[in-house]
Amino acid sequence: MDALPDTSGGTPRGGRIARNLVHFARTLRTAGLRVGPGQVLRAIEAVETVGLRSREDFYWTLHAVFVNRRDQREIFDQAFYVYWRNPRLLERMMEMLLPSVGVPGEPESRKPLNRRLQEALQPGRGEAPADADEPPEVEIEATFTVSDRELLQKKDFEQMSQAEIDQALRAIQRLRLPIPERRTRRFRASPRGARIDFRATLRRARNPAGILELRRREPRRRPPPLVILCDISGSMSRYTRMFLRFMHAITNDRDRVQCFTFGTRLHNITRALRRRDVDEALAKASTQVADWSGGTRIGQTLHEFNNKWSRRVLGQGAVALLITDGLDREGAAGLAEEMDRLHKSCRRLVWLNPLLRFGGYEPKSQGNKAMLPHVDEFRPVHNLESLGELVAALSAAGGKDLRLARWQTGLRKE
Amino acid sequence: MSTPKPTSIDATLDLLKRGDYVADRSLATVLFLALKLGRPLFCEGEAGVGKTEIAKVLAATLGRPLIRLQCYEGLDASSAVYEWNYARQMIEIRLAEAQGVQDRNQIGSEIFTERFLIRRPLLEALQPQAGGAPVLLIDELDRTDEPFEAYLLEVLSDFQVTIPELGTVKAAEPPIVIVTSNRTREIHDALKRRCFYHWVDYPDLAREIEILKVKAPGVPERLSRQVVGFVQELRKLDLFKAPGVAESIDWATALGELDALDLDPRTVNDTLGVLLKYQDDIQRLQGSEAAEILRKVKSEVAGQPAG
Repeated sequence: MDALPDTSGGTPRGGRIARNLVHFARTLRTAGLRVGPGQVLRAIEAVETVGLRSREDFYWTLHAVFVNRRDQREIFDQAFYVYWRNPRLLERMMEMLLPSVGVPGEPESRKPLNRRLQEALQPGRGEAPADADEPPEVEIEATFTVSDRELLQKKDFEQMSQAEIDQALRAIQRLRLPIPERRTRRFRASPRGARIDFRATLRRARNPAGILELRRREPRRRPPPLVILCDISGSMSRYTRMFLRFMHAITNDRDRVQCFTFGTRLHNITRALRRRDVDEALAKASTQVADWSGGTRIGQTLHEFNNKWSRRVLGQGAVALLITDGLDREGAAGLAEEMDRLHKSCRRLVWLNPLLRFGGYEPKSQGNKAMLPHVDEFRPVHNLESLGELVAALSAAGGKDLRLARWQTGLRKE
Repeated sequence: MSTPKPTSIDATLDLLKRGDYVADRSLATVLFLALKLGRPLFCEGEAGVGKTEIAKVLAATLGRPLIRLQCYEGLDASSAVYEWNYARQMIEIRLAEAQGVQDRNQIGSEIFTERFLIRRPLLEALQPQAGGAPVLLIDELDRTDEPFEAYLLEVLSDFQVTIPELGTVKAAEPPIVIVTSNRTREIHDALKRRCFYHWVDYPDLAREIEILKVKAPGVPERLSRQVVGFVQELRKLDLFKAPGVAESIDWATALGELDALDLDPRTVNDTLGVLLKYQDDIQRLQGSEAAEILRKVKSEVAGQPAG
């Protein structure tokens, strides 16, 4: 890295800036951005191209290389201002950490630093080699406040036994959602396909085998994307663990699954659930979600989903699976409108209502009344004890749901 | 006939300006890097903020051909990269048979040559063009599925395509690639890593007024200030789909056509459909809320010095 070619005119001597970029990249990586050595090389190349004439250009140059997603900008922004205030990282960290040495007139640093970034900037992880022998200050830890950390109510999940895992996998394999697989515009070879595959046919014509032999193809089918919205409020807490297992199993079983939990707030836990190990995944998810077993604000969380996520996850004919008892703390304020919007944004909306301890369900609560007219498929389930039953309830033959139709007409009249 | 690529960020800004594209410095920086280092530019942003326009302007100002690949679900190699001309191939086989050519190997190798190849956008972009390397616009990449995205990796990192029957086609001069996405799904990191990333944001007040000046020149100054002020206020609201720059331009043009000199609540109500594309949003705004915003914007515009 030190042997960078010397470039002329306005660009820096390779060595110093390269070293600093490496450390800046490490800071970003520790703060959670996915930054690899390839990007560091690219950053060096980019900085040499643009030169170091203006700070703004430098900022956008590094931004173009290191930032990959819109939501990474905030962390990058803070890291940039903290790191490049002065190229010597550790010294500058001291300025930042010891209040008496605080630099006046630095408007950038007024906002509390992102916690991940604070952790990344702690010495021992990303200090500049020139200062490596300097012992880390003990006060640093104390200086950081946890103002931006929320009080998380952590959920303690029991570890899953191997038998349970096997059972979950078997159950998921039986799962047939009440939505048929979608025909895609891609084709696969099939001896009885309706269309002739010219490419394969003529490729065979190259072989000296004799007459031209027709190859056929048919449209490929695949399950549509699935978006699961799962209620984790207090009234549902009995089933929370099972639903999480269900979501984990289905996330790892097929692609294009997005999982959200909601209570008082909405959380996307898809990334956490992608870990293959179920205990690890659930533990990760439990630290991410802040509102276990709390109240429910279905209308508000659905609003957030509709505005922030629906266009990003409900594309390509997605099916939404809503798991909730429909008991809303806010008295179903705005719920009907948001359900309507959700219904219009997805191909099919399936509502699984698990909290019915007796057979004769009637839509009585305000929440239920607001939601029922906007679903395509309604699965009330009583006595839900295992994943197997959950899967069976979802897989049951759809057909025409006369009860749902009756309720929907009844509710529309009201 | 083609203009050389810009040599600095300022030159890039000028270039965009010549193409009637009012850019901010951040965009000019990434664009300069992408042009200079020959890597694709990946633009993400809400609908109607001018992502596609970047490629068009670039092709026009640099005097290069624009090759556009509109993505859709199920887009596959035969419509994006190449296809063999099967009808001609079969005629060729029949002709060869009629002429009594017995060697099937010979026929086989003859029908898989360039003559029978139909070039689709990606392959076309790798061919030498009259005006220098073309601008390749891969529009709305988020509409395709993951397999196609994975296919693009080879094209975007090495600027080459492999055709099993012919071998590898590599671009002599890499095309200028602009990839856009509306973020209806997340594009994989592997692809983004090969590109320079830029989030195209809504412009700020001053820049949007400037954009209207360029894009809707017939609209009176005061009206376009009111339009921009109104649109900027709308973006602060919690709407299902906030209006983009394209919508402000459309709205200003529409108002200009209606010979409006000044925004009034009635005109706003009548033309709200140009700005907002969802019935819920329109319903929410129509009437008192729109009038309230309008009052606020008008008093602000009146307070500003003209010019």
